[in-house]
This record gives sequence, C-alpha cells and structure tokens, in this order.
Amino acid sequence: MKKLKMKEDTKNLLITYGIVIGAYIIMEIMMALGLVSYQIQGLLVPLCYYVVLAVSLNLTVGILGELSLGHAGFACVGVFSGTVFSICMQDVITVGWVRLVIAIIIGAVCAGIIGFLIGLPVLRLKGDYLAIVTLAFCEIIKNVVNVIYLGKDSAGIHFSMTDTASLGLAEDGMVIIKGPQGVTGMTKDANFTIGIILILITLFVVLNLIKSRDGRAIMAIRDNLIAAESVGINITKYKLMAFSISAALAGAAGAFYGHNFSTLNASTNNLGYNMSILILVFVVLGGIGNIRGSIIAAVILTLIPELLREFSEYRLLIYSIILIGMMLFNWSPKAQEWKAVMKERFLKKRKNEKEVQ
Amino acid sequence: MAMLEVTNLSISFGGLRAVDDFNITIKEGELYGLIGPNGAGKTTVFNLLTGVYKPNEGHVVLDGKDITGKRIIDINRTGIARTFQNIRLFKDLTVQENVMVGLHNQITYPTLAGIFKLPSYRKAEKEMRERSMELLEVFGLQEEANTLASNLPYGKQRKLEIARAMATNPKLLLLDEPAAGMNPNETIELMETIRFVRDHFKMTILLIEHDMKLVSGICENLTVLNFGHVLCQGETKEVLNNPEVIKAYLGE
Repeated sequence: MKKLKMKEDTKNLLITYGIVIGAYIIMEIMMALGLVSYQIQGLLVPLCYYVVLAVSLNLTVGILGELSLGHAGFACVGVFSGTVFSICMQDVITVGWVRLVIAIIIGAVCAGIIGFLIGLPVLRLKGDYLAIVTLAFCEIIKNVVNVIYLGKDSAGIHFSMTDTASLGLAEDGMVIIKGPQGVTGMTKDANFTIGIILILITLFVVLNLIKSRDGRAIMAIRDNLIAAESVGINITKYKLMAFSISAALAGAAGAFYGHNFSTLNASTNNLGYNMSILILVFVVLGGIGNIRGSIIAAVILTLIPELLREFSEYRLLIYSIILIGMMLFNWSPKAQEWKAVMKERFLKKRKNEKEVQ
Repeated sequence: MAMLEVTNLSISFGGLRAVDDFNITIKEGELYGLIGPNGAGKTTVFNLLTGVYKPNEGHVVLDGKDITGKRIIDINRTGIARTFQNIRLFKDLTVQENVMVGLHNQITYPTLAGIFKLPSYRKAEKEMRERSMELLEVFGLQEEANTLASNLPYGKQRKLEIARAMATNPKLLLLDEPAAGMNPNETIELMETIRFVRDHFKMTILLIEHDMKLVSGICENLTVLNFGHVLCQGETKEVLNNPEVIKAYLGE
C-alpha cells in the first residue's frame, strides 16, 4: 500500500515534467516543418512567462492558501533589475544566453528580497485584506518604476527621478530607463528553449518543496493555523518562505520576459493589476493547489485568443464561454463526480488488460 | 517529582477574571483530570499553559523549567502538546502526513536538501515515515495512513489528533474534551487508548472532560474549577463525593 502510493507520487511528477518536455518537442518539430504561424511563434516566450507566473502564484494561493493580487509586481521587479543588468553588462559579457541566465538569477534575487520585505508586514493579514494590500504594493512598484530615470556613461551610473536631462550624462552616455517609457536597448536574448528550462526549474523547485518537510509545514498552516502552531511550526517563517520563493520565481520569469523586447514599459496590462488578475485566473481555473492544472490553463487561455482571431468580433464571446466551461469542468460537484467515475473505469479497464496479459 | 507545577495563575479579560489564583501540581506519569461546569475556565487554563494567552500573574513550571509567558512554539518544544475541543486536523493532508507534521521539530533537514532531494532528505524522510507509521499503529490508524484526514470517521479523527500531539515528543499531554461527541462504545475505546498512551509512553496527561464515566474510570486526581476558582482538589473518589462539587457541578 505504502509502496504503491510512493510510486503514484513519482508517476505524477513524471507526467507533469513529461507534458512540458513533450510540448516542447512537438512545438520544435512543428516549427522546423514550418507549421507554426508567425503570431504563435511570437507567443511562445510570453507563454513560458505566464506558465512560470501561474505555477509560482499557485505556491502562494494554493499551497500557502493566501490570496495575493500583487504577483505582477514581483515580475516587474524582475523585468527591471534583470534588463538593467543586461544592458550594463552588454560589453562585458558578450554571450547572449550567459547574460540572460545571470540576469534571470539577479531578477529572482531582487524580487525575492522585495517579496521578503513586503511579506514581513503584509502576511500578518488574511484573506481579502491581504489581497488588497498586495494589490497596492503591486501598483506602488509599477508607479515607482515609472518615475525612475537611469543612465550610464564612462563615469558610471546616473540616477534621477525628474527627467532625462537631469541625469547629466556625458557624450558617450546611454539612457537605460526613461521613466514612463520604460527600459530601452535590450538585446532580444530570450527564446523558447530557455523558457522551457525555466518552467522545468520552477516545477522542480515548487513540486519538490511541496513534498518536503517545509512544504508540509506550509500546507499545515493553510489547513489549520492554530493547530500548526501548537505542534511547534514557526508560522511567520514558513509564510515568508512560501511568499518569497513565489516572488523570486516571478522575478525570474520577469527577467526572462524582459529580454523578449528591445523596449518595455510597465503598464497595467503587462506588469500591473490586469496581469495579476490574469495570472490568478490561470491559477483558479487550473485548480487551486493543482500545479499541472495551472500550466494547462495558462497555455490554453493564452493560445485561445490567438487561435480565435479569424472569428474577429466573436473572439471575446468564445473566450468567455471557454472560461465558464473550464470553471464548471474543474469545480462543479457533478463534473468532479463524473471525473472520478471515468478515472475508476479507466483504471479498471487497465487492470483487466493486465490480468489478460 | 512534579512534572507540572502551576502557582497563582491568573488572567483577566477586561473586567472578567476568567482564571483566578489557579494552582496545580501534577506528578510524572500521572493521569490528571480537570472538570467543571461550562464556562468555568478549563479551556482558558489550557490556553494559558500552552502560551495562547499570557497570564497576568503566576508561574508555570514544566519539569523544572519556567515556561511562563513563552511563545506557543517554544512551549511545544519544551514539552507540552495538546488536542483541541473542536478537532483541528490538517484536513487536506493524509493521515500519515498529519503525524509527519507533528514530527516537524523531531527530525529536521535544511530546505535546500528538500528541494534538491539530497541524501539527507531521503534519510530523514524515511525515518519520518517509519516513525509516523509506528505511531499510527499504536493508535490503530495504519490502515488509513493514505486517507485524507477529513475523510476519517469522528472517533478516528480524535485519535489522529492525539497521535499528532504525541509525535512532537511531549513530556505533558493536554487533552481537551477527548470524548466529546463520542458514543459509549467509542468512549470506552478512547479510555483504553488514553490509559495505553500513559503506560506505553510513560506520559503525564492532563485532561478536560465532562463524561464522568471516563473521568472516574481513568483519572487518579482531579481539580474542579468553578467560575475561574479552584473549588476542590484531590483524589478522584474523594473529589466526586465532595458535597460542594456535587452541588456546583453534578447536581443535587
């Protein structure tokens, strides 16, 4: 009995990794054969970004059980810290992917630290209150980034919060962040392969964390805070741990995403409120606490608007019908019953087949 | 030797003195009962002992260590574990995982060892699984090890809560109305379990209970609380025959 369960856990892990790797191989083959349209190819990097964000947000929402609406804010930290590093290091590190990998690590560290600092006061709150405050922090981060002017020249880095002119750059200078216009001058280093590797690393961290002693402590806090404390679990430590790891992974995703454009500015749609909600939609529709579901929901809900382009004005209509359909399929009791029955039938059939053999 | 020594313990909520001048001495290996009418302050005493509330006055000494006013997790690490009046399990974890959470501070490894599945992770997890399985066997829950805790029948949920508390390797076990909501057969089974825990683990146990059959059946000594005051203290038989106790609690 015990052994059987262990095997099932490993099987589940392999299926999740397998889906990602399988999707990668199929996509690469299709691209080599020229079957993938230009629009879809352009979507692949953002897709990886969404998947990583959804999986990491599921760590906060599903595993820690706290509703966070500030996830895009951490991605925003990652975007700006990662790209600024890359632009500054353009002449020092000439190999694109090495620069990108270091930028991703820097983005993760910066977002992790910001996540830790925000988490310290914020995680004392619960439920709606926590959601509101994280939302506010996300907007603060976005707005702060929008007033930063940063430039570099031979003398070093210049910083201002008013305009480009006040940076006082020398003639060989270059503006990196132009306030509301965002960062400029990145090289487009991000590609699908690195994105898939980033997804696999995220899955590795999140799935292994859940199966460890610390993951159990985090889930125990989610299920019953008072009981968790009574068996000697340090509530603050584990809440902060889950929150900062989730923020760090979002920062890594952000740094990766930032390298997909030559210029990028922080707006509500890409690094603000709307993005946070979109990620939350992926997590809720994929199933709260269900990591594999988050991946699938992120992929389907990103690809559908593109695939529905030919329906032009009916596009949003179909999109919302699909949203409702997924919601019902994942959450209604009848659908869950049906799924359980189907699973049982499937297992029985397989068992019978085995016996015949 | 006294395992738990409480002197002059008091706490007020606003103008209400919920527990006033509470004294108790529990010897090692003793099965001690705390009874009293509803609202007498029994659960408040538990919350004071485990650090949920900080006392206004008085001292709590566990096995020679003063634990007055310490944090909940520090008190648990010093050696007090408890169960709750309304069952508090980790309902979306399996039965075995519930006990493994109890082992959290008993068997440890660093976070990174868990993420990278290093040998120290495998070794510690194996030990955790074995230790938790041993505990589950003691409480007759080994068959349900992989069931979700919320799917257990009521009586077994109570037992699982005790098993989880025992996993923290306590010196003193506090049981808050363990027989609440149980039928007579389940209560008898529970009595045997509690007695077995005491004998098998040489555990000191303090329990709150309303079921007089259980109290008179297993407790060696009793303290009766009424309106936050100690009404009577002593051997079970004497206490239950005390006219004042009968008047206040059992009914004339």
